[in-house]
Amino acid sequence: MSAVVAWAAMGGYAVFVWPAYGIAALVLGGLSLSSWVRHRRSAAALARLDERRP
Amino acid sequence: MLTRLANPARFMRASGAVLPWLGLASAAVLAIGLVWSLVFAPPDYQQGESVRIMFIHVPAAWMALSVYLFMAVASAAALVWRHPLADIAAQAAAPVGAGFTLVCLATGSLWGRPMWGAWWVWDARLTSVLVLFFLYLGYIALVNAFDDPGRGVRAGALLAIVGVVNLPIIKFSVDWWNTLHQPASVFRLGGPTIAISMLLPLFVMAIGFLLLFMWMLLLRMRTALNERKAQALRLYGQAAQLGESRRRAAAAPAASIRGTATRAGAGG
Repeated sequence: MSAVVAWAAMGGYAVFVWPAYGIAALVLGGLSLSSWVRHRRSAAALARLDERRP
Repeated sequence: MLTRLANPARFMRASGAVLPWLGLASAAVLAIGLVWSLVFAPPDYQQGESVRIMFIHVPAAWMALSVYLFMAVASAAALVWRHPLADIAAQAAAPVGAGFTLVCLATGSLWGRPMWGAWWVWDARLTSVLVLFFLYLGYIALVNAFDDPGRGVRAGALLAIVGVVNLPIIKFSVDWWNTLHQPASVFRLGGPTIAISMLLPLFVMAIGFLLLFMWMLLLRMRTALNERKAQALRLYGQAAQLGESRRRAAAAPAASIRGTATRAGAGG
């Protein structure tokens, strides 16, 4: 347990290391999620239009 | 191969096939890279554990530059050859490139505070990367600023191409000016100056970022093509409806005249 705590403390740099990884995860994760959701929506909208086409 | 994929229908088929594999590969490589960077890579003898920020900062910086170069080349292809997918590729890349630049700036700032004692300094490297971030934002704003999308794309493409001047400035800023930012330590004459135990996780993270970019690029390009096709179908549907109602309107008076004529005939 103490090994995990020591690791998480990052030698006293925890307040800099973890926010750095957090920001990267937030920005890249957010971009990935929005790209994926928009792709699914656009494909679904196109499929609906294709169905309605005579 | 590129000219074959230039056909949007073929591009949709090919990209649909590689998309899940790209996503999986990117997730796997990033997972390995993260564990390696955060757990197995050794702390630096001067920077201590804060060096772990470098495993995202440096690959993000590489991506910020590479994505911009990709965007500029795609913009040039769109202007010169009217390549049907080129402007779609440039527009799809821009927000992702801006994201990588933002990550680079934010993580650099979080590293600079404990190591330099400042969140930000106006040295040549930091300032030129900030300019890169604004070039990305400017491109996105410009492309969407016109009512006629074709004009926006052309204006944005010109900005992207002119902005390429900034790339060598960023790369060589640490040699040309006396910067607080350290000089190149990976891609330099005479080989890297970083220990292999840190270089490996750095490259794994870089490959993970590259795969992530490719995955997002394909997703966003496919979204743009889907939206374009849906728009065309909607316009086609409206035109068909309009044609139908016009035909009915044109046929209606004739029918009513005929109707009165028969009634008149019956009455007479």
